[in-house]
Amino acid sequence: MINGLDAHIPAGAIDKKWDLHKFESKLINPANRRKYTIIIVGSGLAGASAAATLGELGYKVKCFCYQDSPRRAHSIAAQGGINAAKNYQNDGDSVHRLFYDTIKGGDFRSREANVYRLAEVSAAIIDQCVAQGVPFAREYGGLLANRSFGGAQVSRTFYARGQTGQQLLLGAYGALCKQIADGNVQMYPRTEMLDVVLVDGHAKGIVVRDMVTGKISSHAGDTVVLATGGYGNVFYLSTNAKGCNVTATWRAYKKGAFFANPCYTQIHPTCIPVSGDYQSKLTLMSESLRNDGRVWAPKKKGDKRPPNEIPEDERDYYLERKYPSFGNLAPRDISSRAAKQVCDEGRGIGDTGLGVYLDFADAISRLGEKTIRERYGNLFDMYHKITNEDAYKLPMRIFPAVHYTMGGLWVDYNLMSNLPGLHVMGEANFSDHGANRLGASALMQGLADGYFVLPNTIGNYLAAHGAKKPNVDSSEFKKAEEDVRNRTARLLGIKGKKTVDHFHRELGILMWDKCGMARNDAGLREALKRIPALREEFWENVNVLGQGEELNQSLEKAGRVADFLEFGELLCYDALNRKESCGGHFREEFQTPDGEAKRNDADYAYVAAWEHVGDNSPPQLHKEPLEFEAVHLATRSYK
Amino acid sequence: MIATGPAKRNYTIRVWRQKNGQTPGKFAEYSAKDIPADASFLEMLDIVNEGLTGRNEEPIAFDHDCREGICGMCSLVINGTPHGPNKATTTCQLYMRHFADGETIVIEPFRANAFPVLRDLIVNRSALDRIQQAGGFITARTGSAQDANNLPIPKPAADKAMDAAACIGCGACVAACPNASAMLFLSARVSHFALLPQGQPERTHRVLRMLEQHDAEGFGNCRNHYECEAVCPAEISALFITKLNREYALAEVKEAVK
Repeated sequence: MINGLDAHIPAGAIDKKWDLHKFESKLINPANRRKYTIIIVGSGLAGASAAATLGELGYKVKCFCYQDSPRRAHSIAAQGGINAAKNYQNDGDSVHRLFYDTIKGGDFRSREANVYRLAEVSAAIIDQCVAQGVPFAREYGGLLANRSFGGAQVSRTFYARGQTGQQLLLGAYGALCKQIADGNVQMYPRTEMLDVVLVDGHAKGIVVRDMVTGKISSHAGDTVVLATGGYGNVFYLSTNAKGCNVTATWRAYKKGAFFANPCYTQIHPTCIPVSGDYQSKLTLMSESLRNDGRVWAPKKKGDKRPPNEIPEDERDYYLERKYPSFGNLAPRDISSRAAKQVCDEGRGIGDTGLGVYLDFADAISRLGEKTIRERYGNLFDMYHKITNEDAYKLPMRIFPAVHYTMGGLWVDYNLMSNLPGLHVMGEANFSDHGANRLGASALMQGLADGYFVLPNTIGNYLAAHGAKKPNVDSSEFKKAEEDVRNRTARLLGIKGKKTVDHFHRELGILMWDKCGMARNDAGLREALKRIPALREEFWENVNVLGQGEELNQSLEKAGRVADFLEFGELLCYDALNRKESCGGHFREEFQTPDGEAKRNDADYAYVAAWEHVGDNSPPQLHKEPLEFEAVHLATRSYK
Repeated sequence: MIATGPAKRNYTIRVWRQKNGQTPGKFAEYSAKDIPADASFLEMLDIVNEGLTGRNEEPIAFDHDCREGICGMCSLVINGTPHGPNKATTTCQLYMRHFADGETIVIEPFRANAFPVLRDLIVNRSALDRIQQAGGFITARTGSAQDANNLPIPKPAADKAMDAAACIGCGACVAACPNASAMLFLSARVSHFALLPQGQPERTHRVLRMLEQHDAEGFGNCRNHYECEAVCPAEISALFITKLNREYALAEVKEAVK
């Protein structure tokens, strides 16, 4: 145990840990499970699969989501696929290889035991989903089809057209629906969690706002599970849904939960470029497109000719050139950075010069338009709707955009945070992807956590502490509710001159500028000065109209942006502290002569877990050293 | 269809405003000025809302989330058509380049008895969740599954199931139907499972229970208007309603001779 951070990693060989841990984990007998209430916040892949599975086991589950239906959580937007070590293609895949690829993909900044477990349970996820009727792509023989994704040299990605997240979520949602119908899960849609309640230091409940009536109320349970996704919207423009927010995890942080590695943010290489300042979000074009699309930019600076007039020998297929063995399937962080370098050199395309081409001409001439349409039709359609361009005729214009956040609340091997009773799953925790997540691994982690990990580990906490759900009339709950009401009243009482979106945009521009694809000491220090100033201005000059006790979208947004305005500062602290480049965190001071990330294992092979020690003090750093026993720390190379 | 014209355009929008489910609503008119042709329809509403807030008028409430056409949260009846004029397109994927400069655009909520208005353009679509809860799933307890490739499924069947499973649950089919029927939604769910071997054990029970719930929620019956298919952003075919009818008839017979 270091600085109070014990990850509770089981002893034994890496491939025996999970089996042994499951055996040694405490069980609760079926008749007693119904005495326990489990609060789950979020209904994406992690939340829905956990709620359904824990409901099946006989626990009383209360599940909350801000959307009007659990089926709309943002997992639904995942396009490309889900990884699993099935080795159905007989191409040399194995649990160990998926484990290794994920550790390496994460630039050796994830916790080995967690990643191994993820790879281990991956195969069972596919079995589970097929049993639920998830219509994965199949070959003519009737067996499941696979494709390749970035950072791997095997085909282990299962997919359902370009809508894999949708189909997996509908599978989990179906299982959740059954548990709702059976009375094991009580669902609270259009309900937003605004605080976590601690009783004697244990997470025992939440305060929520009914987004239709505005009523603020409390729910008590024996444990609280956060499955509330990532914080990408701190950048304002991202591929996240508009409602995605950091509030649940941030409120937990302010109650004492450690926030780990917030600076690990994933900038996805293939998104549709920004077209104007009115823009409200960015749209991803699935990484699977890089199976058949070739990324290029003109060799000449400022070449404004249309792409089809640029001859072959004046094009730079820079990923193929720089990373011959992985080519267009280089991992996301590396591909994004390469695109940035090309644009920084003045070779970017489009009106803004912030874009590169993703070209399907070769694949279409090799396979025919029909095959390409079958593989990616919905993505090409979406591209056409947004840009009014036909990617069957012209290459797509793409540029990196904020997509996923690897950091999150610190959890141990049981997925419990340092706050007893507070469990965290999926994108909301930090544990499995290190400094960079590989494509098709987010769906895998969400479902691994929800179907197979948490249901096995939650008993360790519950059995040790018994079914002692507190009363929501207790002083702890009343105090938390009072705080939430005061905060709401404060937001409504400012009646300033600027809109919530104005502040969110300002924060986003600042974060992207100073803490986006490349970061440096001076920029981060500047951001750390400007964010508090912006926050101060927000609390003096934001205009939130309407009342608290009604459906009020401005108020919802204001609460979330207020939290982003605090969280952004922590993200910058972490980025400033980590004086190395790794995965999605690129510090300009630390790079190789050819512009690759330069890690510093001697000083930074640790998880940075930050503790809130007061509103006017800088966060306190705790370190969980990363120890590698099954793999050797190596410089990541995709060349 | 692209409406050619200036890069920035002006519109008049007539929008349904309603404080809550208990208060009657009415149309209000606003001008939407300097709207970039490349802005999405919802970004146009964002711009109008920024302006309203600046004048201390309450912004227009509307549902939206992913803004990439998949979550099914956005709605709106635009100039009389759910999700607006473009085929196979959700409101969030509709762009202002499809609206001519100077046009008046009428914006209403999805209307149906089973979708009560909550505020302005936001309606309550939880009836669709309850239909799903009545049987829209395959029971497969976590951990009980066999190896996925032990159950080969012919590609055409899997593809057809995927066609049905692509429904985003937005409810445009209901808003478009003169009978406010949710049959297209229901048929997509029922067909997805009925087409797969995993869906067979609960096949009879599923269709009977889901249809019962559909009727209990106050959705009307299908009278073959095909308006649903015409507006469906996920291009769910009305042929699935034919399949639903067959599934229902078979289930009735099975129940009768049980």
